[in-house]
Amino acid sequence: MLINPSSPHSDDGWLDRNIVDPSLKDQQPIVLETKQLHVYYGDNEAIHEGDLKFPEHKISALIGPSGSGKSTYLRSLNRMNDGIAKVSGEILYRGVDVNRPEIDVYEMRRRIGMVFQRPNPFSKSIYDNITFALKRRGVTDKKVLDEVVETSLKQAAIWDEVKDKLKKSALALSGGQQQRLCIARAIAVKPDILLLDEPASALDPVSTSKLEETLLKLKEAYTIIIVTHNMQQAARISDYTAFFNMGRALEYDETAQIFTRPKVQLTNNYVAGDFG
Amino acid sequence: MNPKLSNRIAISILYVIASTIVVILAALLGFIIISGLPAINWHFLTSPARAFTAGGGIGIQLFNSFYLLILTMIISFPIALGAGIYLNEYAKQNWVTSLVRTAIEILSSLPSVVVGLFGFLIFVVQFGFGFSILSGAFALTFFNLPLLTRSIEEALAAVPNEQREGGLALGLSKWETVIHIIVPAALPTILTGVILSAGRIFGEAAALIFTAGQSAPALNFTDWNPFNISSPLNPMRPAETLAVHIWKINSEGIMPDAKAISSGASAVLVISVLGFNLLARFVGHRLFKRFTAG
Repeated sequence: MLINPSSPHSDDGWLDRNIVDPSLKDQQPIVLETKQLHVYYGDNEAIHEGDLKFPEHKISALIGPSGSGKSTYLRSLNRMNDGIAKVSGEILYRGVDVNRPEIDVYEMRRRIGMVFQRPNPFSKSIYDNITFALKRRGVTDKKVLDEVVETSLKQAAIWDEVKDKLKKSALALSGGQQQRLCIARAIAVKPDILLLDEPASALDPVSTSKLEETLLKLKEAYTIIIVTHNMQQAARISDYTAFFNMGRALEYDETAQIFTRPKVQLTNNYVAGDFG
Repeated sequence: MNPKLSNRIAISILYVIASTIVVILAALLGFIIISGLPAINWHFLTSPARAFTAGGGIGIQLFNSFYLLILTMIISFPIALGAGIYLNEYAKQNWVTSLVRTAIEILSSLPSVVVGLFGFLIFVVQFGFGFSILSGAFALTFFNLPLLTRSIEEALAAVPNEQREGGLALGLSKWETVIHIIVPAALPTILTGVILSAGRIFGEAAALIFTAGQSAPALNFTDWNPFNISSPLNPMRPAETLAVHIWKINSEGIMPDAKAISSGASAVLVISVLGFNLLARFVGHRLFKRFTAG
């Protein structure tokens, strides 16, 4: 039996790795792209390779078992790992490598917003949660702020629930409402991309389905990259899915492809529920 | 012995220990307040002390105590806040920070009389502040700084990390995140720490005997120009505080009603410190509720 290590095919028909380029598939412009991304925690390499391209106005899901590096990868995209991990390689945001020291990381994070696993509203009023970052950027016109509050909350599908208590503390909201408030807070600064790190993992099923509806509406205006533990969730809402294992993106393709006809055996085992 | 019995014995012993503490505290407070209460009236609280005749009050000492407390807080709070923010938000774990932490620990274990003598040498003699409120406030700052820094650091550490990430993810700088998100979120706990340390400062005597002095010159409560020597606000005047006054009356008081004055002053002191503690709980609770349930 002859095994050629450079061949992507193993002898039983599976590929070792299958990364598609969405721009070739559906003609969408690529908003974010990583090349030769490596992430190290001290001497420990958490991401060996993550060469992915994210198309505009699509939801891309990152799935994989715990410790596969999908969250680390996501957090590297808007440089939340600065000072925690060493990230090498290129992160191209609309053609510009933002993983360079001279990049204004604050401006970059305003364009690439992030929502976290656990809802983290500030201990301020709902109104102040939304307007806080804008005020720090010098927006003081009350009319502008009021408008941003209303549109962001509407986009995040939480306006009807909170419009009468904008001055109340955000911490009094339920977990699901808090998470949608955090989405509203992220889109209030008018980002281009939204990164979501398991945004529904702390929510109950009803709140989760509301959140998913919200995301499906939001993709008309934003490019969304979401890390999720929940394969059904990835299947329900995403256009593209990347499967991570042991710090590598092993397969990246249209979601339907990943869940019905994966080309890499490990992906197949994972989506079939054999491990993870 | 079977587990059920041993558990019961352990619980009873713990009950006895816990109730002993409560009984001791209640007995102390009860004794001080009951023996002091008869001496307390409006005249006692507002009039100046008398050295040789009966009928003196503690008005000036009471004012001095509060003024010194406020001055100490004005000096020590910004320093403690800065140190706490640095230690919790910026400092990396290395030998510098561990040195700072060790220094804080040692500073907090210094006996207050040593702090007082040090303050005497530095502020009273070397800097030429004399026996003054300012010298006292600096000495008390040394005394207060370690605990206040520690409590602010702990209050900041209790704010979940998600809050910091939330700020950074919005494109805010670390400093903006700390000042506008983390510190406000920690405010109820910080305030509780401040008020509790205020209680300690209020009752401190040893550090003040050699710094703020043991005399309470008459004050003119109509003159609020801090540069006039008889003005209550003048920080360069000697200022005996309530706690020092109690110590002094008991060691060398020659007024005929010394015992009544000392009991009354002790009761006022204890009630004030108790008040600080209750206030700390109340304010912390209220702020917490306001921030969470608005």
